[in-house]
Amino acid sequence: MFRRLQDHPHFLERFYEATFTALKPFQRWLTPDSPGERLFIQLEKLSKGAIFDCQMCGQCILHSTGMTCPMTCPKNLRNGPCGGVRPDGHCEIKPEMPCVWVQAWERSRRMPVYGDEINLVQPPVNFQLRDTSAWINDFHQQQAMTPKGWEQCRADLG
Amino acid sequence: MQSGSRLERVLRSGRFAVTAELNPPDSADPQAVYERALVLAEVCDAINATDASGANVHMSSVGVCALLTRAGYEPVYQVSCRDRNRIAIQGDLLGAAAMGVRNLLCLTGDGVQAGDQPEAKPVFDLDSISLLKMACIMQNKGQFLSGRKLEVPPRFFLGAADNPFVPPFDYRPLRLAKKIAAGAEFIQTQYCFDVPRLMEHMRAVCDLGLHHKAFILVGVGPLRSAKAAEWMRAHVPGIHIPDAIIQRLKGVPDKNQRREGKRLCIEIIEQVREIPGVSGVHVMAYRQEELVAEIIQEAGLLPRRWQSHRVNTIQSEEAN
Repeated sequence: MFRRLQDHPHFLERFYEATFTALKPFQRWLTPDSPGERLFIQLEKLSKGAIFDCQMCGQCILHSTGMTCPMTCPKNLRNGPCGGVRPDGHCEIKPEMPCVWVQAWERSRRMPVYGDEINLVQPPVNFQLRDTSAWINDFHQQQAMTPKGWEQCRADLG
Repeated sequence: MQSGSRLERVLRSGRFAVTAELNPPDSADPQAVYERALVLAEVCDAINATDASGANVHMSSVGVCALLTRAGYEPVYQVSCRDRNRIAIQGDLLGAAAMGVRNLLCLTGDGVQAGDQPEAKPVFDLDSISLLKMACIMQNKGQFLSGRKLEVPPRFFLGAADNPFVPPFDYRPLRLAKKIAAGAEFIQTQYCFDVPRLMEHMRAVCDLGLHHKAFILVGVGPLRSAKAAEWMRAHVPGIHIPDAIIQRLKGVPDKNQRREGKRLCIEIIEQVREIPGVSGVHVMAYRQEELVAEIIQEAGLLPRRWQSHRVNTIQSEEAN
């Protein structure tokens, strides 16, 4: 039932924006390894688990991936669909599952705020952040989310 | 131009490039690689060494590349993210560069379920785009992904794959743009059996100006028979073969289907050559290597400039 929310990506991006702004004043207390984080981990497991089938990678980029969790892709692809997508838009590895990135692309077109972030080149995942709170990492661990040598870049569409 | 790649030189000089795929042997004998390379080298500008394609294990691509550079050939080193993590891949890139490999093709890789050992652990620590960017960082910034300095950075002509034939179609050109932003200088596409679809894709690619930023080589190959085509379509990930193609093969007697498949491949080459933004073709002939030379010749793509030089090199190596 909660999964249906994913089909309202515009509502979700608004919600993301609002919670980020609402939590910002409290970021001092919301630090890694705090009681606050333990609470947040449970909250995220419940909420994002129900809506996005969250895999708790600890570095949420849902707003850049059409409010569709890229970690549910069997190849964990964070930069777009592989070349194995089936003609019916289903997954190469799990034929019964719609391709995560086909859905991500469609939903991103219905996201006026963050939709174009799908063109950002995403760095590889930091496996040390697994099972930590992505919301708290968003405030405090930005550096840990990209390897030290990484350079930000995005598709140049002329 | 700093990679020292011959393929890069051919493409930058504006000539229509031809690359071909070498199917690595299930053998520890270097001669098996040289026999296959000899057939291909005379008719193409660079030879792709596949990295356990279809998740079937064969001689490693870095091993094949090392053998090829030793004999003076021009390999394209294919790296997939399925089997190795970032630590292994960065080390392999240095090793390959040290052995004289100058072309790198960054791939995500087919899932392990496609091969004969589906029980293996899929890695996918990186994806094709983060792999490209990582290679780019190594050569441009002279650093590992960790930021640690390299004494001498590798120099590659960086490549990526593109599959215009599977959904989401309207996202495919943007994904290509992303690969180019991450450092891709040449592109090799999946097998093209659907020219109208390719034309539509190339129109969008040209509208974004991507054909000025990277050289696009279209993947082509002969179908052995209608049955083989149906099998490929059902079992090899990412291959789109329109019904009309299969019908055409079925329309000729079984013994002539191989010839018809070859003729079809040549026709497709002739058509894609005319599409704006296409800089070359990449010939893949799984278990039909002997056809590659005929196809390239009959499509009017000979002679290739490096032919004589390379043949001399291999002959002198063999004499030694």
